[in-house]
This record gives sequence, structure tokens and C-alpha cells, in this order.
Amino acid sequence: MPKLTIDGIEVEVPNGSTILQAAEAAGIEIPRFCYHERLSIAGNCRMCLVEVEKTPPKPIASCAYPAGEGMVVHTDTPMVRNGRKGVMEFLLINHPLDCPICDQGGECDLQDQSVGYGGDHSRYDENKRAVKDKNLGPLVKTVMTRCIHCTRCIRFITEVAGVPDLGATSRGEHMEVGTYVEKALGSELSANIIDLCPVGALTSKPYAFVARPWELTKVDSIDVLDAVGTNIRIDARGSEVLRILPRVNEDVNEEWLGDKSRFAVDGLKRRRLDRPWVRRDGKLQPATWNEAFAAIADRIKGVGGDRIGAIAGDLCDAESVLALKDLMGALGSSNIDCRQDGAKLDAARRDFYCFNTSIVGIEEADALLIVGSNPRKEAPVLNARIRKAFVANGMKIGVIGAETDLTYKVTHLGDGPNALANAAAFLAGAQKPMILVGQGALTRADGAAILAACWKLAAEVGALKSDWHGFNVLHTAAGRVGALDLGFVPTGAGKDVAGMMGGGVDVLWLLGADGFDSARIGANTFVIYQGHHGDAGAHRADVILPGAAYTEKSGTYVNTEGRAQRGFMAIHPPGEAREDWTILRAFSGIIGRALPYDTIEALRARMEQVNPVFGRIGHLPRFGCGDLSGPAGDPAAIGSAAFAPAIEDYYQTDPISRSSPTMAACTASHGGAQALAAE
Amino acid sequence: MANAHTGAFEQPSSFAFDSESEAEIAMLIARYPAGKQASAVIPLLYVVQRQMKRQTDSAWVPVKGMDAIAERLGMAPIRVYEVATFYFMFNMKPIGKYHLQLCTTTPCWLRGSDDVVAACRKETGIQGWGETSADGMFTMTEVECVGACVNAPILQVDDDFYEDMDAEKVAQLLGALRRGERPPKGSMSGRQNSAAEGGPTTLTTLQFAPEA
Repeated sequence: MPKLTIDGIEVEVPNGSTILQAAEAAGIEIPRFCYHERLSIAGNCRMCLVEVEKTPPKPIASCAYPAGEGMVVHTDTPMVRNGRKGVMEFLLINHPLDCPICDQGGECDLQDQSVGYGGDHSRYDENKRAVKDKNLGPLVKTVMTRCIHCTRCIRFITEVAGVPDLGATSRGEHMEVGTYVEKALGSELSANIIDLCPVGALTSKPYAFVARPWELTKVDSIDVLDAVGTNIRIDARGSEVLRILPRVNEDVNEEWLGDKSRFAVDGLKRRRLDRPWVRRDGKLQPATWNEAFAAIADRIKGVGGDRIGAIAGDLCDAESVLALKDLMGALGSSNIDCRQDGAKLDAARRDFYCFNTSIVGIEEADALLIVGSNPRKEAPVLNARIRKAFVANGMKIGVIGAETDLTYKVTHLGDGPNALANAAAFLAGAQKPMILVGQGALTRADGAAILAACWKLAAEVGALKSDWHGFNVLHTAAGRVGALDLGFVPTGAGKDVAGMMGGGVDVLWLLGADGFDSARIGANTFVIYQGHHGDAGAHRADVILPGAAYTEKSGTYVNTEGRAQRGFMAIHPPGEAREDWTILRAFSGIIGRALPYDTIEALRARMEQVNPVFGRIGHLPRFGCGDLSGPAGDPAAIGSAAFAPAIEDYYQTDPISRSSPTMAACTASHGGAQALAAE
Repeated sequence: MANAHTGAFEQPSSFAFDSESEAEIAMLIARYPAGKQASAVIPLLYVVQRQMKRQTDSAWVPVKGMDAIAERLGMAPIRVYEVATFYFMFNMKPIGKYHLQLCTTTPCWLRGSDDVVAACRKETGIQGWGETSADGMFTMTEVECVGACVNAPILQVDDDFYEDMDAEKVAQLLGALRRGERPPKGSMSGRQNSAAEGGPTTLTTLQFAPEA
């Protein structure tokens, strides 16, 4: 723990800290381009120069210089200022003066720091060099002449994403950052290099020339396109969401965001349901809210509760799920289910369906078994955390399921559940083993058996201890855990999704449920679709109630860990669409069974009453496993079929991403790459 | 295949090490401790370049060759591209049959490298650095000091140094190369290694004891 003095402030920092880190601890900001706290240290931009007493009289790059006991550092002396000015002048020699047409303008590190250290005129009369732009695929736009060679993008793609496509080729004046051979970046996290780029060399292709940062209103929210619950910031202008950026949350996503979650926003403007529709004479026709509610009220009049059902979709906020559950309860129905893909999740106990180790906990684990999951596609941000643990601690990782490149080294133990028999030997000896069960293992006929078998295995290998819970379910649906927490599953004689199909109910309320084949719904079943996109469910509907997408409502989502998080409304829903819980509340009033909450605060109080997890927003207590008795299901009844992937195409998994032209372009661009890899 | 360095030339669609290369690779990789095979990347790039010379009469490193190295050494292909493009000794596009590397650094320049360059231009018809003659025989590259200043100026042909060059000797040398001959490397003025020109100038009276 060296103690040093920086600009007269004494700080004590952990061993191995650099002067720059010590300065941050002392609250002193040091300008930098190449240094990034989540990447390895490169020390190549030289912007972070400082002066250290009793060293040779020259400036020192503080990002790469270890803090030592008794050091006296100065960050604002004439030598430091001159040094930084010189560095800035060199950086600007080949940097174009095109800020007015650069998308980074207004949020550019080079722009900001040149205000502090740049000269008022250029002394450079030669020609600036020009660098050919690279095609990195449909997401990342390049203007390589602006590149200052900080190598952050190279380090991110290599170290964090684990898909080493980028590099610096040639040298000196001719050095270029790129892929050398033209190809789209193969990582699902590739667009994070846009955030990392301190200049305008890497910018967002879909967002090119759309807006300036100071025009945008910025709202904190939670991503719903996978189940990680990535913290996001929604940047909107007027009635349009223009882009989505990650927010820092060390416990969940650090500061990364998956490409789908970032770029599916253009899907929010397409195929939207912006007014109610009612099917008349076999054809969906525009209607008013009152007509739509009246049509539903007419139809359910006299229908017994056991003939009414509801299915909650994958993107639902907990508020609307609880309102729907309460509505169904008021109608006397217990035919409710949130597992539209038929996953055999056991809602009896919370740790049967949560990622109990927690995302941070992955870094403590020393062995991991992945069963029927491809976390790279299902949860790329979480996969980056697995890779982090693999790189830092050499975590031993076994996979049962399809053999794919997960960006870290794995031992392939088998294709189907039979291989669970060998898994105990693989995990033997681990102090903190983890078992990760994916939806690919649970949506099968023998899903309940596999869940039970995995729990049994976890108990056997010591993954279930009073201080360590190594049993994890990785979800793909952002709304799933929240709905399970609220008990949105059939109880007693209630029917599940399969039971509601084929005429199992007369009236079926789909809350954003598009994830199953709507042809399975019985021909005479009256379908109400409440949601925001004209996707599979809406086509089958008899009444469509236009709801709000996640950017348009304040909602609570519980991620795969069981962490309740809250997002806020960035823009209003389009047209006549409304926030989903208000639709359900309004309808309950029409049929004379008014739900007992008129405000979202009252609804949230009710949520907390149903399950206390909704009372601790953002907070996730770690816990061990005190009760070894496993989920229902016979561990011996497992089948032998190989696990099928839960997600075929990462870029198109839900109504929003299916409506997104950017995601379609990604699918097209990566489809070719996948076909090549399969050869 | 398009990349940053393409002029108008074709990258081969495949590359496989031949038996001669394989023998070299086995020896090279064995020099490094297990798990550190990536250290052999530079020698292996030379292996590829020499194999291309044997097979196509042009010493260069195609992308497929770098991919083969990456696979052999367990590296990401981009890491091999980075190394290969960093060092100018590796030709990233096809070159002529003979690679004329002309040193123009100060000692060679003082000793008349300008004349050597002009003679090479005249003999080959090549205008600019890095270009290949119309007949495909020669590529001219300007190089920094090759470390043989004492025999300046130097014209390096492929791996061989031809020293004490002048315009006339360039004409002779290139003529011989054109005819398929390979004159002995070293000083072209007839001196032994870097001994003084025209014989010894010091210690001429030194007497050695007779050999027993």
C-alpha cells in the first residue's frame, strides 16, 4: 500500500496501482486517450504526462508508471503542461479539422482536451496523411483518418470481447487500425468500441449524422432484449428514440452493451401498433379504445374463469404482468403462464429459476459447467464476464451442448443431457463450482428432468453450500424472472401455455406474447393481443390493444440474477398507445372489477406486497443455498437428444429486433460468416 | 481479396507448407519453450516468403500464408498480419524475381549510393521505390542501413550483399542475374571482406615467427 503525494494531496493506494490511478483516488483528473480502466495498459498516447520529483528530469506517462512509496508527483507544472501541449500538437498533426461534420462532436475526448492543451493555430504546413476507411460491418462506421492510434478498440476486441479481429498493421506514419482483411467484426459486443473510441474514428453507422449530443434528452432505463438487465441510457429527441448507450453498473454490465440492445432501436419506429383494432367480419379494422374494450367485455360476458387464459411475453415489465394477473384473478382464472416457450421452469422456489451465483459471483467461481446454453448469443454481456473470469483466474469451463466458439477455452463434455453423468468428474475438486442451465435445456419435453438433474449435480459437486450458490438458470427473456416472482404461472387446475392452446381456453389474453406459433391457438379462441408491435401475436388477434415499448414506460424488470431494476419513460407511446398497466386497469373498470390501484406507486406497493424483491430496486443480496431439496422433476427421466440452441439468430429474437432494419443487416452480414464457419 | 495493401494482384486462394518448410518449422518451433510458440512468428514468416520464392519465383507473404502461420502457432491471424506488416523485410505483395535492396543511408550515400540507384533505374527501367520492372525480373526497394557501411555502397540482392558497388558493377551484376548467373556475393572490388582496398596499408613490416 504505497503512500504518495500528488499535488500536495497525500493518498494511499493498493499495490500495483499506477500514478494515474492514484491521482484519480486523490480526485485529480489527468487527461488521457489510450488509458482505460477496463483494458490493459498501453501507454502509447502520452497525454497523461506528469512530473515526479527525484526522477530524471523528464515527464512520465502516469498511466504506465507504478505508484511508489513516498513519491511526490506534480500534475500541473510548466514541464507537464508543455509536455501535454506537445503531445496534443503531435496528435493533431494528422487529425483532420472536420469536427463540424464529425459525429463525435460534442462528446469527443480529443475535442475536449484540445481546449485545455491545444494551440490556437497549427504550425504544421505539410499535407496531413489520409487513411482509407475500413468496412467493419453494418454497425461501426469508420473514418480512419481521425484515428489517433490509442488502440483501445484493439484491446477491447481482443481482451474483453475475445474475438481478436482488430489490429494495428504497418508502422510509424503508415500504421493503421483495422482488420487487414476486410470483414465484419464477429463479436456481439463490437459496438462498444464506438463508446471507447476517444475520437470520431469509430462512430455508429445507423446513427450517422442523426443528432448532436446536446440535442438529446437522456433517460436511464433497463435493456429488455436479453435477460441480463443491462443498464442503459436512452437518448431521445422529441418523440423518437435515437440511440441507446450503456450505463455503468459494476454488478451487472460493467460498462458494456450488446449490439442488439444498442441497435435494435430503429425497430421501435416500425410495425408499431398505435391504435386499437377490432376484428369485424374476419378483418382487423381500426377502432377506438371504447369499441375495443366493449368488444372484449361482450365476448367474456358469461365465459367462466376456467375458459379464460393469459400469456405474458418476454419483454413485459413487472407492473403490467401483475395487473394482468390481478385482472385474471378478478375474472376467476388461474390459467396464466409466462413461459411461452414452454420452458419447464419451476416457480416453487426462487433459486430454482434465478442466476443465483450472480453476475459478479462468476468472477469468484473456479469451475463452470454450461448446460444447453450459448451465453455468447443469449447474454453477450454476461458472457464477457465469464471470459473475464476465464482470463483472470483460468476458470475451468465445461460445455454440454453444441460445440461453438464462446470466446474462451472450453472442454466439450457432450451434446445431450446424458453427458451430465461425466460432469461430476469434471467439476470435482472445484471450491466454487457453477452450473449454468440455459433455456435450450429447459424448453424440451424432458426440461423438468434436466433441471432436476442439474440441481442434483450441483448438490453432488458442492455447488450448493451455505455460503455459495452455484446453481444458475440463464434466461433469455427480460420479463421472465419478474413474472415468475409475481407468480404468473398456473396454480391448482390452471392451464399452462400448452393447455391453453388448441381451444383449451375460449378467451386468450396475450400480453406481448409473440414467442410461440400462433397457429397452435384454437380456431375458436378469442385472442386479445396487447403489445407494441404488429408481430406474430397481433396477426392472430381479434382485438389489438396498443401498448408501450420499454422505452415508453416506466417499468420494473427483474434480470436473470433476480435483481429488480427500474427503467424510466423516455418518450411517449405512439398514437393512442398507452402504458400497459393503465390499459389493464382501465379495462378492469369497464367490466366492473376495478383493480385496486390508480397510480403506479400504488401498483408498485402491491408488487412489493406480492414479492418483497420488488422493494429492493437495483439491490441483489448474495445468498447461499440452505435447502438442498431440488425442483420437481425426476432427474432420471432425462432424454438423450442433443441440446438445440435457444437462440438461432442473435440479432433477431423479439418483436423489436425483428422490426429493425439494422438487425436485419447484421443477420445478413453474419449469416455469410456463419455459413463459412460451418463448412 | 481486398485489403489495405492491395494493388492489382491476386492473393492465392490457398497455402500449404511444403516438406522443406515443414522441416524448417519443426526446427524453429523447437527453439522456443512449449506454450511460447508464437515467438516463432518472424522466422515462420521468412519460411513462407522463401517457400513462395521456390514455388512462384517471387518472395512474398500472401494472406493465406499468414493464416497458415497463425493456425500453426495458435495465434489470431490479425496478430500475424501486425508483425508481417510492421517489418519491411516481408513483402506483402508479389515482387520481381530479384529483390534489389538499395541502402541510401549516410555512409552509402557518401560513397556514391546515388550513382548505384541511378544505375539500377537505368538498367531495370524502374521509376519509383517498391516498383517492379516490366519484365518481372527486379523490384527496387530503398532500405535503411544494412550494417555493412565499411564496404559502402551496398546493393542487397535477396539475401546477398554486393558491396563496393558503382554504376558499372551494377550493370555487370544485373546483366549476370538476367542471364541466370549468380556472381559471388561480397565485395565487388576484389578486396578480402573489409580489408583495405589495394592491399594492406599498415603493419606491412610486421615479422611473424616462422611456423614450426
